[in-house]
Amino acid sequence: MAELIEWGPATLRGVRDLTADIRLFEIEPAVPVRAVAPGSHLSLLLPIGAGSDVRSYSIVSVTEGVVRIAVKLLPESRGGSAYMWSLAAGARLTVSRPRNHFPLGRDAGDYLLVAGGIGITPIHGMALALVEAGLPVRVLYGVRDLADAAFAEELRGLLGDRLVVTAGSPLDLDAAIAALAPGGELYVCGPIGMLEAAKRAWKTSGRPVAKLRFETFGSSGRYATEAFTVSIPRLGVEVEVPRTMSLLDALEGAGVQMIYHCRRGECGLCALPIVGLEGVVDHRDVFFTEAEKDENSSLCTCVSRVTGGVLTLDVGSRS
Amino acid sequence: MEPTYPLNAWYAAAWGHEVARDLNKRTVCDKDIVLFRQQDGAVAALEDACWHRLMPLSLGTLEGDTVVCGYHGLRFNGAGRCTFMPAQKTINPSAGVRSFPTSEKHRLIWVWPGDPALADPATIPDFHWNDGLDADGNGWAGEGGTFYDLKCDYRLVLDNLMDLTHETYVHAGSIGDDAITDTPFDVTYTDRTAVVTRWMIGIHPPPFWAKQLDKPGQLVDRWQVINFQAPSTIAGDVGVALTGTGARVGDRSQGVNGCFLAAITPASGTTCHYFWNFVRTFRRDDEALTKAINVAHVNGGNGVYDQDHRVLEAQQAAILKQPRAPFYHLNIDAGALWARRLIDQMIAQERVPQRPVLAAE
Repeated sequence: MAELIEWGPATLRGVRDLTADIRLFEIEPAVPVRAVAPGSHLSLLLPIGAGSDVRSYSIVSVTEGVVRIAVKLLPESRGGSAYMWSLAAGARLTVSRPRNHFPLGRDAGDYLLVAGGIGITPIHGMALALVEAGLPVRVLYGVRDLADAAFAEELRGLLGDRLVVTAGSPLDLDAAIAALAPGGELYVCGPIGMLEAAKRAWKTSGRPVAKLRFETFGSSGRYATEAFTVSIPRLGVEVEVPRTMSLLDALEGAGVQMIYHCRRGECGLCALPIVGLEGVVDHRDVFFTEAEKDENSSLCTCVSRVTGGVLTLDVGSRS
Repeated sequence: MEPTYPLNAWYAAAWGHEVARDLNKRTVCDKDIVLFRQQDGAVAALEDACWHRLMPLSLGTLEGDTVVCGYHGLRFNGAGRCTFMPAQKTINPSAGVRSFPTSEKHRLIWVWPGDPALADPATIPDFHWNDGLDADGNGWAGEGGTFYDLKCDYRLVLDNLMDLTHETYVHAGSIGDDAITDTPFDVTYTDRTAVVTRWMIGIHPPPFWAKQLDKPGQLVDRWQVINFQAPSTIAGDVGVALTGTGARVGDRSQGVNGCFLAAITPASGTTCHYFWNFVRTFRRDDEALTKAINVAHVNGGNGVYDQDHRVLEAQQAAILKQPRAPFYHLNIDAGALWARRLIDQMIAQERVPQRPVLAAE
């Protein structure tokens, strides 16, 4: 259910680079945090642009009140990762209490965990918990390059050949799903392309939809992030959406009244109808089905973008 | 405010027969829960608030193994996962309600309101006296009941049952007797149990037991062995046997033996559910006696337990009016205080590790 976020102060105790672009942050909230369930995340209130904005990162581990998160530096960052990477030990932060939108079920009997890139952060904690509980688990971990595979060494020691790391090519999801015991669950955290592939493979296998669990970052698409132009003829608005800003934020910045809730492509509240398109829509949400995305009749403005062109939208305003 | 109950524990939420293919609302440890029986017979327990707009799911309907919210039709399976959202083709991946581990044992539905990773059915309290008679008619016979939402802290009920001195005053004329107040008792304990043992040797039985034993004029040895399991179940082994026939050293053949059973579940800090039974090994097939004993406990305000509940609710009301008034303890409270000590230890284990908040640097 929707929750109010309780914010509190915290101190950055230290940082450590896990790979060339993934950095571990050790954060100590003033109000002590106890052990958290796998799949939990920490939200941070970060100064971004002229104001502040919320970024959420999966919790890697908690010991003695210190919460560890891993942050990938994104070249197309909307400001969150760049800000985090500018911090040094001793920095003051404003953080939420840990929350969990990606809880691990307890009685599936068999588990397949699939991570893409930085999506390893919640999957890592789930793998640890399942191994500790003595439950069967396999992990597929897709990365661009083996050098990017944060936590792979630790997981290898824990899982042995139950961990498959794949670099630069698609994961063999069909085979892994086929090997999952009946009643088993699939947990996916990765870019939208990987998630859509996992959803397709799961659907093809005929398994119940409630046993596919997933979380996405809302910031990764099929195409590189680039600036584009959006126009709303009904309002006489034309705005340039910069590479570092979401379409939703750009529209609000231009004075367009918007309603939204999750801001990560789940709820569908911020979707607007597309009335004209040059270029390709990069749908990055999980609200629309693949078929709906192919129709290109609407897009979720919080996460989706256009590549190489101009987007024309409509709104409900009749004033 | 200090917590009054541990969350990492099994609590009785319903009798097995109460939960059928429908939705049952319960509050356990301040958590509103909806209970229902799935098609395979297993009982599911979900947070009683729809993910969407907090509508109590217990006001919805059960279809197959899914609860359908009575407001907008969102569906949740027994694991609390959303399986349907109206007017869209996908399901929000964050959508779900909390599910609580459950287990059905000793004719009760037990719910674990704490960390699900710690819920081990092997730690359900031993309540086997409540299992009913087996196919051969052996075991303990009795028909119990429940006081839902008794208006007192569950620990006041424990206090009451761990110290049967009160019988002399609250239950005079049935099980109360001056011999109870005249006889010392022993208390033993482990990290999860406390036992209060009292033997009254060569006494006149009080009216209830005199009738069950049916040996007019003869003296008896009477026992009360009260077994507490933290946090909140009690099995009180009670009875009388003709004096000098060896009951105290294990031969109860010349007596009658009963057991009062209590599974007490905090609903809130000041209300509780009290699942009770009185079972016996004498005249097990006498259904009229079973009924009579049940009625004797709850009798439209005149039963033994009605007498207790008047005391407990009045006591809670007084505590709420005088929150800082001291609560004095007597020697007779030793059993109750051990019970509370074990509960406090469970609560302390769950507390967030307190570290000093660092001063500004």
